[in-house]
Amino acid sequence: MFKFILKRVIEAIPTLLILITISFFLMRFAPGSPFSSERTLPPQVMENINAKYGLDKPVMEQYTTYLSNVLQGDLGPSFKYKDFTVNELVATALPVSAKIGAVAFVFAVFFGVGIGTIAALRQNTWLDYSVMSTAMIGIVMPSFVLAPVLIYLFSITLGWFPAGGWLDGSAKYMVLPVLGMSMMYVATFARITRGSMIETLNSNFIRTARAKGLSFSYIVLHHALKPAMLPVVSYMGPAFVGIITGSVVIETIFGLPGIGKLFVNAAFNRDYSLVMGITILIGLLFILFNAIVDILLAYVDPKIRF
Amino acid sequence: MNKNKNKNKNKITKALILGLGLSFATTSFTAFAANVPEGTKLAAKQELVRGNGNEVASLDPHKTEGVPESHVIRDLLEGLVNQDADGNTIPGVAERWETPDNKTFTFYLRQDAKWSNGDPVTADDFVYSFQRVVDPATASPYSWFLEMTSMTNAADIIAGKKDKSTLGVKAIDTHTFQVHLEHAAPYFVMMMGHTTVKPVHKATVEKFGDKWTKPENFVGNGAFVLNNWVVNERIEMVPNKFYWDNAKTVLTKVTFLPIENQVAEMNRFLSGELDFTYEVSNEHFRRLKKDHPESLQIKGSLCTYYYNFNTHKKPFDDVRVRKAISYAIDRNIVTDALLGQGQKPAYFLTPEIIAGFSPELPAYGKMTQNERNTTAKKLLAEAGYNKSNPLKFSLLYNTSENHKKLAVAIASMWKKTLGVEVTLENQEWKTYLETKKQGNFEASRAGWCGDYNEPSTFTSLMEGSNTTGGIHYQSAAYDELIKRGIEATSAEERTQLYYAQEAQLAKDMPIAPIYQYVQTRLVNPHVGGYAANNAEDKLYSKDMYIIAE
Amino acid sequence: MLTKKQNIDAIDSFSENLEIEGRSLWKDARIRFMRNKAAMVSLVILCVITLAVIFVPMVAEFSYDDTDWYALHQAPSMVHLFGTDSLGRDLFVRTFIGGRISLMVGILGALVAVVIGTVYGATSGFIGGKIDRMMMRILEILYSIPFMFLVIVLVTFFGRNIVLIFVAIGAIAWLDMARIVRGQTLSLRNKEFIEAAHVCGVSNWNIIRRHIIPNVLGIVAVYSTLLIPSMILTESFLSFLGLGVQEPMTSWGALLQEGAQTMEIAIWQIAFPAAMMVITLFCFNYIGDGLRDALDPKDR
Repeated sequence: MFKFILKRVIEAIPTLLILITISFFLMRFAPGSPFSSERTLPPQVMENINAKYGLDKPVMEQYTTYLSNVLQGDLGPSFKYKDFTVNELVATALPVSAKIGAVAFVFAVFFGVGIGTIAALRQNTWLDYSVMSTAMIGIVMPSFVLAPVLIYLFSITLGWFPAGGWLDGSAKYMVLPVLGMSMMYVATFARITRGSMIETLNSNFIRTARAKGLSFSYIVLHHALKPAMLPVVSYMGPAFVGIITGSVVIETIFGLPGIGKLFVNAAFNRDYSLVMGITILIGLLFILFNAIVDILLAYVDPKIRF
Repeated sequence: MNKNKNKNKNKITKALILGLGLSFATTSFTAFAANVPEGTKLAAKQELVRGNGNEVASLDPHKTEGVPESHVIRDLLEGLVNQDADGNTIPGVAERWETPDNKTFTFYLRQDAKWSNGDPVTADDFVYSFQRVVDPATASPYSWFLEMTSMTNAADIIAGKKDKSTLGVKAIDTHTFQVHLEHAAPYFVMMMGHTTVKPVHKATVEKFGDKWTKPENFVGNGAFVLNNWVVNERIEMVPNKFYWDNAKTVLTKVTFLPIENQVAEMNRFLSGELDFTYEVSNEHFRRLKKDHPESLQIKGSLCTYYYNFNTHKKPFDDVRVRKAISYAIDRNIVTDALLGQGQKPAYFLTPEIIAGFSPELPAYGKMTQNERNTTAKKLLAEAGYNKSNPLKFSLLYNTSENHKKLAVAIASMWKKTLGVEVTLENQEWKTYLETKKQGNFEASRAGWCGDYNEPSTFTSLMEGSNTTGGIHYQSAAYDELIKRGIEATSAEERTQLYYAQEAQLAKDMPIAPIYQYVQTRLVNPHVGGYAANNAEDKLYSKDMYIIAE
Repeated sequence: MLTKKQNIDAIDSFSENLEIEGRSLWKDARIRFMRNKAAMVSLVILCVITLAVIFVPMVAEFSYDDTDWYALHQAPSMVHLFGTDSLGRDLFVRTFIGGRISLMVGILGALVAVVIGTVYGATSGFIGGKIDRMMMRILEILYSIPFMFLVIVLVTFFGRNIVLIFVAIGAIAWLDMARIVRGQTLSLRNKEFIEAAHVCGVSNWNIIRRHIIPNVLGIVAVYSTLLIPSMILTESFLSFLGLGVQEPMTSWGALLQEGAQTMEIAIWQIAFPAAMMVITLFCFNYIGDGLRDALDPKDR
């Protein structure tokens, strides 16, 4: 286990380095600069601004400066939100996204796996069809449709929850965003679980177990569930990062100060340092959660070794 | 001024320096604050929540350029002058001012003006702040604002040729502040209401550097003081008890919410979480008018929406083609059927709402649409385009539902009337800016909002060196008219020149004006003191109050 | 008495007969797929939809870009079956024409995911060790690169081009699939039949091709149907960045985006495109399930 973690940590370094390099130059190739606006600024003013943010130096030098700052944990000042550093912005936005994301993720896994399992056990019955059809709606109905519907129903008409905002992050501000965010994942987990469960239930060792006369529910819980979770666990990695780094649509509609919106706005504003900072964060999260997923995979199927 | 990415935004231009005819000499007005009409019953809870479009880029007045920032800073910091509900310039920190020649301005500051930590606001604060704007180390994106006023040495300081201490500002005594300009600018006092020339507290800025705008560090001289700021979520402020006119402030708390999406903003208004919105979605306007007429506030706005042609490139290097394309736009359809909030058709660049000038309808504006269409067909045929050789071009716009809608509609008019084949091309904001800068377009959407309430803020846009508009036009004849306008000595002469400038534009048609904006908001009827007639949309929270239901 | 020659001939012809009778995996799957009613019905509906999006716009009364200033936001009627949009354009024809690009993008995205994702994931999982770790680290990088800049740079360098939509969609479609297939493969690798094949000296590539891939196809079929809607929506995001379809042409993603803005005042503007998408996705869904059942090697 220790060796596994050590290996991953060592591998993370070149991975991040390549990620930073590609993203850095990709961003610089994109047209537009952080300080371009409708009226081109007078050259002297532009020079002053570029000098202040180090954009007057050759790109290679900017790149090496950036790398050495990142190594010291300094992601630099934001180019757009001039009163904040990238570290500060990420530090305020990440907890919001993480909190909503974590709840939405647990919700999605719990209900997704539950629905998928029930549908698989009652394969091709009305229960299967109705449950899975409902789940499909979660996939087909994009969050930019679902979220306004939720707001219309629960905020404007019923007045149960606020239509947006975060304030202190108390439960009433979280209900609608979590619902809006997790429906798609509930549906996806349900579909994957159902497919995998059906496959597992058809396999020889389950047939053997049934032949031995074990009760069906015992078989499902003790023999089938674990191997059937294999693809679910694989999907958890990307899903978790996707959920935790926030959904720009949900955050925009509900006015949440999360990472997703911060990232997309940063990209539109060409806020180089903020884009880089969040890219690194996302990279780190992928590396971390893929490692966790690998550990989980080995738990689900003990024969798997890395 | 940067309003948001969809509208436009412009900045003060060179012609700002030229004067309006009135000069302010030893003027004095009575102070204006939340003047609650007699008999109004105030609500127990005096808290206001305002929608504010995009998240502010900064709360440091010397580092900002956009409208959302200006809205917030207007409440936190007070400059030399303010505006009243109708857009007139009234005293701010300066109680009165005088100028002998429109080149030297002396401002007499009020004795009781204080910072939110109790320090008095002095002439030194203004000297420090003005110097800070032009200091290259500050890298203020609006530093050229002072350059435009022709303040002594401003240009050289920005360019790094002179030290900031040489700027033409001076503290005669603690409460007398003097400014020197190189050229006469009767307009100068009005400019002092701008965000860029607000004062900052020297000790605080020097102590905290870039972090002075954090709520825990913030010191301001406005009616309110910063209390809480969560990026992308909210900005909260409470009354500044040291503000000289604090007795008149009614509100106990003001919250700004950055909500970019208009529908999301509307939903939060309808669920009662917002007192007024930043704007209103076009598609929802009719429904809101039916269901919530008491909440809709519509006022004219100092902005024009237009398409500009790249006159350096085929096919728009031919004036006949430009005219044909402009004539064939049915502006009444655009304003009445597609927008319908009270926007007016535009046949000229300067909107009618501008103070002290009413643009003349050019000949083509007086025709009926049928006549225009006939003329357009004739012009296009003369230019050599016909069925076997149809005119083809691409129309660039920045991504937005409204721009898309109009582009599709107008392209369809061109196709139906003239058989023109138009390719629509949308780009996200920064790419769009780059494309326009490179001149890589044939026709493009644009818009312009006045920086100050005088025609030159619009007409100077098309001057050859202007990087937003004129650079794609570059007419020697037009530039000459602009120059004469700057040099004009009488108001009468200047007005005549504005007519001549507009006439030149109608003749050359470097742009096709389309409509004149309105500013539409949802304002909860319990909000009192909303400045419904301020064309520049300068709203002061200190003038507002909540009426009991 | 048979000659030796005849003998050999007999054996040859016998084995030929054998081969004719022996059912291949694919043939077997086809037969079983044909027996699945839900899947077959879905396939028929999908074919009808495909034909409709191709031919309905050609024969319809209105053209997709015909604006009508006197018929803005009209509710469905006999003239405009699906109503009109904010510019008075007929939504019936727009919904069908929008299906062209969306179906193409959805199917292509799924196809890329199936081909690249499956092969990549299976290779990584089966070979394992250093190769696996390297391939997974590459995946992590691809996941994390800001996609938006990739798109903007693509548009800048290659201009607006329909092929680029597919490049951009293809670039992200297969990543999740590769992770999932790799997970399955890691487990399969230790199964007896794979080890047996290994001992017999079957090459890695042949093991992947003949044994691993058929065994993961079930989950691949399920996940690829899930990908289709997200690819259709990704396309509308590309339009936002200036790639993707341009007005007045449209796509289901674009129609949904627009419809979502006017849900409260003109529900039909979202209802019809959404309904079309739902029907299509259900079809894909059942076809996916049918394929899964048909391809499951354990069922034979």
